[in-house]
Amino acid sequence: MFLKNYISEIYQAVSSLLKGMRRTGYYFTHHKEIITQQYPDNKEALVFPERFRGEVVMPHDEKNEHRCTGCTACELACPNGTIKVITKFDITPEGKKKKAIDTLVYHLELCTMCNLCIEACPSDAIKMAQTFEHSVFDRNSLTKILNNPGSKIMEGVE
Amino acid sequence: MVLIIEMVIMGVCVISLFAMLGLVLVLMERKVSAYMQIRLGPNRVGPKGMFQSLADTVKLLVKEGMTPGGADKFLFNLAPFIAMIVAMLLMAPIAFAKDFQMWDLNIGVLYVAAISSISVIAILMAGWASNNKYSLMGAMRSGAQIVSYELSGGLAILTIVVLTGSLQVSDIINAQANGWWIFKGHIPAIIAFVIFLIAVTAETNRAPFDLAEAESELTAGFHTEYSGMKFALFFLAEYVNVFIVCAIGATIFLGGWMPFHIGNWQGFNHLMDYIPSSIWFFGKTFFLIFIIMWFRWTFPRLRIDQLLNLEWKYLLPISMFNILLVTLIAIMGWHF
Repeated sequence: MFLKNYISEIYQAVSSLLKGMRRTGYYFTHHKEIITQQYPDNKEALVFPERFRGEVVMPHDEKNEHRCTGCTACELACPNGTIKVITKFDITPEGKKKKAIDTLVYHLELCTMCNLCIEACPSDAIKMAQTFEHSVFDRNSLTKILNNPGSKIMEGVE
Repeated sequence: MVLIIEMVIMGVCVISLFAMLGLVLVLMERKVSAYMQIRLGPNRVGPKGMFQSLADTVKLLVKEGMTPGGADKFLFNLAPFIAMIVAMLLMAPIAFAKDFQMWDLNIGVLYVAAISSISVIAILMAGWASNNKYSLMGAMRSGAQIVSYELSGGLAILTIVVLTGSLQVSDIINAQANGWWIFKGHIPAIIAFVIFLIAVTAETNRAPFDLAEAESELTAGFHTEYSGMKFALFFLAEYVNVFIVCAIGATIFLGGWMPFHIGNWQGFNHLMDYIPSSIWFFGKTFFLIFIIMWFRWTFPRLRIDQLLNLEWKYLLPISMFNILLVTLIAIMGWHF
């Protein structure tokens, strides 16, 4: 019984190893399809998956309006202090004070692209962009301000 | 005087062969791995990346060979040279072509088996002298591994020694004039060939037995602290060792430089004789090297206990049984 198990074990091991070698041997002999992207050569034709995470951006519409309410949920969700929300108070026409963002500072050099800020945002103000060529000569240019100058919050976003 | 000139010429030949092997095998490994993983591999330097390994060599030559502060300086700097010297010594009994052999000593196979086990000293020396826990762990694993796999590798070689009745390399090759041992030796020779391939993969510390390096666990194992040309020597020694064990395998099982002959087919045999013997030898050797590369890029790395299980519970009993079988065949004269 022991000997039978022993031999069948060897047989199974050899056959599974051969199966693996047949797979790689097939790839070796059928060298047509290449799964890697030939990056600098195909710069124009690069296609990314929809959920690729390049950097955090804040989309603005044509009237230079964003959807950020300044709730700081993204800042709280960020595990390594990448996002800093600086808020201010706008005065509404009714004379009430309303919270809004002054600047939303984003440190690209600290970001791990974990997507937690985007998940946390209640008003879909920020999203992940597909840009990825982030190298710069000056470290300071990695600190970005996400809201455009002079932008304001969209009507109806609370 | 003539002897000294001969030695110098031999030394220069061996060193240039090493350099060529390093360049060719590194490029071959990268291309084979790329093709097996549906990639392109190196394709920037020269046509189809032909000069990539040359460029790498230049890079390694100009890099600084650092010695860490806590290291045992003498042993640390000695270890890569020992690895190279072992590889050089192993070149001696290999027959590269018909009547082209440096030293046809009458215990050639035993010599190879004995010298190849010295390579573990270089690895242990490097691991110990680095004063680094990863290096030491890699070196210790390598020691356990090589000591175990020497056994089944040696027994696999011994099956052919039993069939031939001689330890001399030229005798073993001449015995294969009417057919290679892998065809003449029935099933035991095939089993011994498979065991030999597994054992030499382990002895050269290559994946799936690369526990001595184990990038994901030990950064780089015994050569973690090496840089520049000293690292390059270890790297080169690995590839030269692969070449040597494949050359031994080709000599013992596939007939060395002996052309492929089939029984009494005179015309076919004469046609095969027209192919130069060096091409036969290098063709067989590179075929075996390709198989070992195929192993590397297919199989996942074994754990240390699995590695020792494989040797002591499977390979060793099988090769012992196999050697009994082959002795029976040799005594009864059942082989062709």
